[in-house]
Amino acid sequence: MQTLEDTTKSEVEFVTFSAGEQSFSIEITQVREIRRWSPVTALPHAPHEVLGVMNLRGSVIPIYDLAARFGLGQTPENPRNVIVVAMHGGQTVGLLVEAVSEILSVSREKIQETPDIRSEVARQSITGVIPIETGMTRVIDLGAVLHPSNWSVA
Amino acid sequence: MSNPILDTFFEETEELLESLAEGLESMQGAEFDKETVNSVFRAVHSIKGGAGAFKMTELVNFAHSFETVMDAVRSETLALTPQIMHTLMRSADCLADLVDAARSGRTISEEVTSGFLTALQACMGEGEIEAVDAWDNFEFNAVTLDIEPINVDAPAVATMETTAASDTAQVQIGFQIDFRPHAALFTNGHEPALLFAALGDLGQMTSRIDMTKLADWSDFDPTEPRLSWTVDLRTDESEISVQEVFEFVHGLCDLRIKPLMGPPPSPNPELSAEGKSATNKSDAGPAPTVVADISSPAAIAMAAAPSTAATPAVVVAAKAKAERNDDGSDAKAPKATLRVDLDRVDRLINAVGELIINQAMIAQRLQDMTSTRDDDLVMHIEDYRLLARDIQEGVMAIRAQPVKSLFQRMSRIVREAADATGKLAELVTSGEGTEVDKTVVERLADPLTHMIRNAVDHGLESRGARGAAGKPPMGTIRLSASHRSGSVIITVKDDGAGLNRPKILEIAKRKGLIAPEAELNDAEIDQLLFMAGFSTATTISNLSGRGVGLDVVRNAVQALGGRISIATTPGHGTEFTIMLPLTLAVMDGMVVTVGGQTLVVPITSIIETIRPLPTDLHRIGTDETLLSIRGRMIPVVDVARSLGFPSPGTHSAPLLLLVESEKLGECALVVDSVQDQRQVVIKSLESNFGSVPGVSAATVLGDGRIALILDPDAIAGGRATSNYPMPNILSNAGRTAYANA
Amino acid sequence: MTLKVLAIDDSKTIRELLRSVMEEAGFDFESAVDGVDGVERYAEVRPDVVITDINMPNMDGYGVIDAIRKGDIDNQVPILVLTTESGDKLKARARDAGATGWIVKPFDDVSLVSVIRRVTGMVA
Repeated sequence: MQTLEDTTKSEVEFVTFSAGEQSFSIEITQVREIRRWSPVTALPHAPHEVLGVMNLRGSVIPIYDLAARFGLGQTPENPRNVIVVAMHGGQTVGLLVEAVSEILSVSREKIQETPDIRSEVARQSITGVIPIETGMTRVIDLGAVLHPSNWSVA
Repeated sequence: MSNPILDTFFEETEELLESLAEGLESMQGAEFDKETVNSVFRAVHSIKGGAGAFKMTELVNFAHSFETVMDAVRSETLALTPQIMHTLMRSADCLADLVDAARSGRTISEEVTSGFLTALQACMGEGEIEAVDAWDNFEFNAVTLDIEPINVDAPAVATMETTAASDTAQVQIGFQIDFRPHAALFTNGHEPALLFAALGDLGQMTSRIDMTKLADWSDFDPTEPRLSWTVDLRTDESEISVQEVFEFVHGLCDLRIKPLMGPPPSPNPELSAEGKSATNKSDAGPAPTVVADISSPAAIAMAAAPSTAATPAVVVAAKAKAERNDDGSDAKAPKATLRVDLDRVDRLINAVGELIINQAMIAQRLQDMTSTRDDDLVMHIEDYRLLARDIQEGVMAIRAQPVKSLFQRMSRIVREAADATGKLAELVTSGEGTEVDKTVVERLADPLTHMIRNAVDHGLESRGARGAAGKPPMGTIRLSASHRSGSVIITVKDDGAGLNRPKILEIAKRKGLIAPEAELNDAEIDQLLFMAGFSTATTISNLSGRGVGLDVVRNAVQALGGRISIATTPGHGTEFTIMLPLTLAVMDGMVVTVGGQTLVVPITSIIETIRPLPTDLHRIGTDETLLSIRGRMIPVVDVARSLGFPSPGTHSAPLLLLVESEKLGECALVVDSVQDQRQVVIKSLESNFGSVPGVSAATVLGDGRIALILDPDAIAGGRATSNYPMPNILSNAGRTAYANA
Repeated sequence: MTLKVLAIDDSKTIRELLRSVMEEAGFDFESAVDGVDGVERYAEVRPDVVITDINMPNMDGYGVIDAIRKGDIDNQVPILVLTTESGDKLKARARDAGATGWIVKPFDDVSLVSVIRRVTGMVA
């Protein structure tokens, strides 16, 4: 039985990870799995943040370098890098990040609106920020990451 | 909200229309059996029946007229003239349209159907098609919903006669019913008790059994019923209601219904309102006849004299079995089929694809472990490979379906095109049983329709011209399908005049499609037909000139991974040949290395692999190269560079793949090396990413890594170098046909 | 006891329609796809009432009636004929063949159920 308290609390869970030495997070409901890095196949003429495609049990999924996507430079090769496999609107994609930090459970009202920032990319792709012990984490709008209204040409 | 029974109706109707078309088709031939005509009749009849259930008035009315004519043909009261045959064929088309309209909730203008209805009517001579019954005109009126179970005592407890009434004012208070069942009444499954129960529902009933015929036992015939009843029914109901009770037994009994006279009903509420129980036992007077309780099982049993033992026993089931066995060789017996959700099949295909890749990975690993070579293991892996192939073939076969339904639709196209152009044309099909992937069948419908129309419209000459050329007035369009070395070949061939090459050339020049001074050989001229915006029709006919040209056909075929070619013989006709892969899920590919990347090139587009002599290569401009081969110059395309991969630079003697391209004709692709030739499972890039210029799809190699499948047309046509991302850069949206996952 | 109905019709649409009406009325419903199948199913199912179409492949409705009436399994079972025709000729023909009654398509559920009750004397 759901109590009144449960419905008003409305806790949301996020997976937080670091990319370009910053903390990002996406809602746990969008995350399918977290995998070790494995070599990708490059795509012709792809934008710099699309590293290529990878075989995920028979599906071909594109891998995005999240740091590069946010203009924080290419993620350096490191065996500790992981790929966060996420779903968005029927699309399955992989996000290359430096490390996954934690699962964060917060109530909705803790999520703050993104302050007025100048970066076009950040403003479009970050829906809000959540204060955490080590500072804050940026909540990603996966749709905006995958389908930017105008691509930042490298 | 969908109604599952309605879905069933449309599904079934689809099949019925198919067998209707098939039946009519064979009725056109010289020899056909009665069963063919029967099956055509039944198809129309069943469509009418189902449509009636859903109150699809237009469809029912049309099917009714159609059925009436078919019935006349079936009973041979109507001779099957070519004119009537034509009307039947066109009516089948109209019926299909009405079904379509009903499905999409559209209505078809009455003008359209009335033309066909008039034609059907004309088949029958004068006024012989009766209008279909109105919906509510049922043959029976439901008595009431709650017929009570037979109550042994209530309605018909036999009583004394009520003739003692001596009141002066006699009025009709109901009916007197004389009822003597014949033997057939019982053999037809009727029970007098049920009839009485139904009468009892109408009012208050008393009955007498006349058993006089039982008296003489000497000539007792057990099959002849011996009882008759006289029933007095006090009721306000009309005689029609009483007749209705006996509706089903009419002709199976002697029945007389007379008015029952008597004193006006007393205001006894028991009689007027609830007069269902016969309780007026108090009536005085002598009993003139033998009184029996007609509801007693014994009396009924006596009445139901025909005995089961008297009739010869026939083992029904065994007889039916035998009949069916006799039919065993009949090819018309439908095969048992199973309807499966397409998603499930595709999931299975995907899984099998994985299995094949998995097998390849294991085999590769094993090959790498040369030190620990185990012959047994090698053999088992080989078995594994063969089994995996078997499973793959089996699974692919699930998606395969014969082109028959597609071909059947084309005969309608020929009829319409012939009617519209005033030509005579017939379609001759062969290889209808050839199986192709379901998606191929579906996507081939539009291009094939267009080609067939073209064949009638442009291919065939006018009747006059055919006569002048000594040809029969009836033109022939041949449509055939066959399998050839892992591909499906579909040809459309007309026996018309052949391509008019000077005219094609002239039009192309006039429309600015080619330079006015261009010199083209015959093959090149033929290829002009596939250029966008080309149309040879001098007058814009009803059929062509719709802005759809052969270029669209070609694009559609290429989107399916196929190729189309054309051959013509002046005076004898033109033949289009479509070559398609058997399935869209796998294809034969050549695995090559380009700029350090592994790529797959579809085998269908490769003409040959060559390593030319340095002297065969000619630089032109700053960075273009031409290959001279067999006396011709063809462009050389650096694949690595056009894909944006690091290019190793110009070789003095590069490895070239000669491919056929849509825009440039032949063209040579530069690759680093050829690794292998194998079947690859096609994986969509679109579903998770989007289209990539120069790449049609991807596949998974034996090591689990992904290799991109090259789109040779895009590479050769220079469309791979466009800016990214431009999802629509491939003019050909249908390229997603490779999509499989 | 639940009334058991066997419907014989080559049209799946009609079978499904009958099924929905019969099951709604609380009857047990069985069906067969043509005359031959119908006669076989009849022996297996032993229905309380048979509903059969007339125009069917392999064996038509008259054949079904004939087989049941001449058979030794409950050969006086009520048999109702489904017909789209309403002409007297066809009714007479069905009756002569041994049909108990008829139902004219398109049928509605109330009259269908009532006619079944009428020839079987049973409520669901």
